[in-house]
Amino acid sequence: MDAADATALGVWGVPLALLGGAIRVSTPFLFVSLGECITERSGRVNLGLEGTLVMAAMSAYGASYLSGSPWLGVLAAGTIGAVFGALHGFLCGRPRVNDIAVGIALMLFGIGLAFFLGKPLIQPSAPHLPAISLGFFSDVPQVRSALEVNVLFLLGVALAPALAWMLSRTRWGLILRTVGESAEAARALGYDVGSVRFWATVAGGVLAGIGGSFLSLYYPGSWNEGLSSGQGLMAVALVIFARWQPVRCLWASLLFGGASALGPALQSIGIGSGYYLFNVAPYALTLVILVLSSSAAKAAAAQPAELTIQR
Amino acid sequence: MDASLIPETTAAPPSARRISRAFVARVLSGHVLAPLGAVVFTLIVFGVFVALAGVSPLDVYASMYRGAFGTWFSFQNTLLRAAPLMLTGLCAALPARLGLIVIGGEGALVVGGVSAAATAMVLQGVSPLTMQLSMALAAMLGGGAWIGAVGALRSYRGVNETISSLLLTYIAIALLNHLVEGPLKDPASLNKPSTPHIGEANMLGTLPGVDVHWGLVFGVAACAFSYVLMDRSVFGFAAKIVGGNARAARLSGLNVPRLVILACFMGGAAAGLAGMVEVSAVHGTANVSLVAGYGYTGILVAFLARHNPLYVMPVALVLGGINASGGLLQRTFGLPDATVSVLQGILFVSILASESYRGSEFSLARLRLPSWGRS
Repeated sequence: MDAADATALGVWGVPLALLGGAIRVSTPFLFVSLGECITERSGRVNLGLEGTLVMAAMSAYGASYLSGSPWLGVLAAGTIGAVFGALHGFLCGRPRVNDIAVGIALMLFGIGLAFFLGKPLIQPSAPHLPAISLGFFSDVPQVRSALEVNVLFLLGVALAPALAWMLSRTRWGLILRTVGESAEAARALGYDVGSVRFWATVAGGVLAGIGGSFLSLYYPGSWNEGLSSGQGLMAVALVIFARWQPVRCLWASLLFGGASALGPALQSIGIGSGYYLFNVAPYALTLVILVLSSSAAKAAAAQPAELTIQR
Repeated sequence: MDASLIPETTAAPPSARRISRAFVARVLSGHVLAPLGAVVFTLIVFGVFVALAGVSPLDVYASMYRGAFGTWFSFQNTLLRAAPLMLTGLCAALPARLGLIVIGGEGALVVGGVSAAATAMVLQGVSPLTMQLSMALAAMLGGGAWIGAVGALRSYRGVNETISSLLLTYIAIALLNHLVEGPLKDPASLNKPSTPHIGEANMLGTLPGVDVHWGLVFGVAACAFSYVLMDRSVFGFAAKIVGGNARAARLSGLNVPRLVILACFMGGAAAGLAGMVEVSAVHGTANVSLVAGYGYTGILVAFLARHNPLYVMPVALVLGGINASGGLLQRTFGLPDATVSVLQGILFVSILASESYRGSEFSLARLRLPSWGRS
């Protein structure tokens, strides 16, 4: 670590950069995983959120560029997310249609469509979402930049406990959980299982779309074809790790954000030789967590019984 | 047919009639109409899409046909692209026969390509045939281990195979980048970091008389082998039982984990072989060009072929043609290179949606058909 003194903070720059990275990078994870949490609680898996994320990021960038308002971009992203969620929800409501396969198809379709429509958006620069500086107390520039917090992150942090409350304490939450635990019971109680799952998938799509707008409108903050490399998919895996609990999704997202920031953080103090290897960290972490949190013998106790993601 | 060969007890005419009736019923019940309808629907939706982009759909389809099958040159190009698609198609199709949705063909292809290139670095001075066989073996072992691990994680830890296989794809691509920038880098490759060239003598040649390399033979052979294995062998029968009901398979004494891991290994080996073909017949080195999307298109190939290795071949040919025509669409109409991905995406979604129209629930089947006597 000869190059560690490249910055004033030295090696301490790494944990700080990880913290900053956790806050910065975790937002898309957070929104996608909260969205997937709602969908999976209804007993359905939407693996297509990666496609939703990319498509929404492109739409957000386009809308922000054309209208000049990043918030219209967020709105556009949420709308696109709703459309993709509705498509998934509708298709999976048909008989004999596999939700995982439809997810893969929509993932490839969303990414292809985003690359097609986004071609003219690679050059121009669109207005970004604002950030709030929570590091005003410190003179150290690294601390200040680490605590530069985006509004969407704060929104996501507030959303996690709100969703947890909704799921456990409200009538809607109870209906959603009933449908996810036993479609038979929900039907017997007179609820329309198909439409509950449809709207749960739409809601999941909206949240994933908002997560996508963060990618193009804040960090990394531009539109290009390498914008998302599996965040949408990792977020789905993260929901399993979080045991379908919204608040745990928040902690898991922060962990994943930190892991994603490992490569850039080490590079910032001069360790650049294994750059690509450090970039493996979030994927490897996801895989390890999946292995640890799964069981061959039986599905996890917290898993909605109607879910087909782990059998 | 020689009438004397037919035993007198089974009269030929009724049996032929029964077959034709079953065939008509099958066609009308949506087994053929539903996927056909999905293709027509795709062509209409994609036509509207390119029309909105300001290009005449008929012109686009005409030039897609020309770019894929229209000339001998373009057909050879299509065959070149069909070869890896057959192999990556198998990577999704073989595990699917046991009920696993594996989407990591791209990663297994990359691992196979790197393994082949690394083998060429280690084994220098051997005869070209030895070299090619070693590269193919290394690629199949590498790719097979990659997807075999997915099957093992699924069997022993219950890890969702769809997610783990895609995660492993991202890991494979990162490893590829790491290796070609570091340990395996050819110092002469500046603009595009690559492994050292495997040597002109070691390149896979072309088939006699055509400008198509031996990869096509690999693809066809792998599909034929997989067909025999899956539809004409005890292994395939056991796999079918697992795919139908894993618990029943376990209760009847089948070693389900072993079957799952073997099927995944063979699928991964096929995709790994595709990586070896790309390295030893197309690029000559391993670099980021390996990440060309063959693995993802292979998923679509498998689903369109209904996971039947025999159908994988023609479907790979058609999708290879669509891929091959992408360049022409770009040059002729100025459409982005993602146009082909949009078409494939619409086709994928439509074909899955058409599943709900297959079988007895299709409305045409409920129409009164003229009955040819009671059975």
